[in-house]
Amino acid sequence: MKKQKSTDFNKPLTFKFGLKDGLPIGLGYLSVAFAFGVKAVVAGVPWFMALFISMTNLTSAGQLAGLTVITTLGTFLEIAVTQLVINSRYFLMSITLSQKMDDNFSFANRFFYSAFVTDEIFAVASSKKLPINKKYFLGLVILPYVGWSLGTLLGATAGSILPPIITNSLNIALYAMFIAIIVPPSTKQLGVALAVLMSAGISCALYFIPVFSVLKDGIKIVISALITACLMAFLFPIKKEGDSDAVR
Amino acid sequence: MPLGRMALMIVVMAGVTYLIRMLPLVLFRKKITSRYIQSLLYYIPYAVLSAMTFPYIFYATGNLWTALIGTAVALIASICKQSLIIVALLSCIGVLIGGFIF
Repeated sequence: MKKQKSTDFNKPLTFKFGLKDGLPIGLGYLSVAFAFGVKAVVAGVPWFMALFISMTNLTSAGQLAGLTVITTLGTFLEIAVTQLVINSRYFLMSITLSQKMDDNFSFANRFFYSAFVTDEIFAVASSKKLPINKKYFLGLVILPYVGWSLGTLLGATAGSILPPIITNSLNIALYAMFIAIIVPPSTKQLGVALAVLMSAGISCALYFIPVFSVLKDGIKIVISALITACLMAFLFPIKKEGDSDAVR
Repeated sequence: MPLGRMALMIVVMAGVTYLIRMLPLVLFRKKITSRYIQSLLYYIPYAVLSAMTFPYIFYATGNLWTALIGTAVALIASICKQSLIIVALLSCIGVLIGGFIF
């Protein structure tokens, strides 16, 4: 059997292949959502409300922040602004994905599928060389959605069964996935390698320099990515689409 | 907080999050032809993912040392071109083993 490698970016994008790509995301979400469910119930949110949050929001950082606003009896404006700031990165991701989707995505399709733009789904979808089709995207989003909802339900109802040593180790899974996505192309393209290093550097600077602590993490990520991408697009422009060896 | 108000707040939260995701996908239907913008969109995923990972990965496990082990394992595994799930699994195992040491 041929070993499936993370570099198989040219494989035909079928529904089954989407499911396969979605599996590790779904497993990662299961554990992160489990932690969210536990946290919500401990903070005084009923289990069905915790599940309602996860099924309608599908975003880790945003939900954690939202939970804080709810449990500290915040206002509607507060919860709206918090989401806007923390989740503004999805705006960039959706712009990128809008260019990756093939022509079969109708207007209605775009309304529907946009609900599933998450960091990880975006990461996998945008790493494909071929345009994304509906079947593949549907396959890709199913298991993460199920994992996220089920994980929250389990965490909120079954609670703290797992010892912390297990949940702590599961928490690194999604970050490890990000590394698995950004490292292989970095070893092949100087522009990507520099973009990865620069963005990480700016992000760390914004995180550790005290004066920037007024900024929310979501904004820090958007600033780091925008500065990096603007500069790299200038220094290392990609070949025009349609060229035989265009990078995407 | 009364359940009704909590439900409404969740709806507001979901609405804002959805709009951020939906608007670009629905509005940008034409292919962008500018070489600069194409390049920009090419680098954005890597830049976003990198900024999201560093430095936050170091605090993901609640212990800097186990997180560093997990990060190192993930880096080595992905340089060796392992699949996403293998990299994630190995990294978790690294943190788990580190957890018994630190």
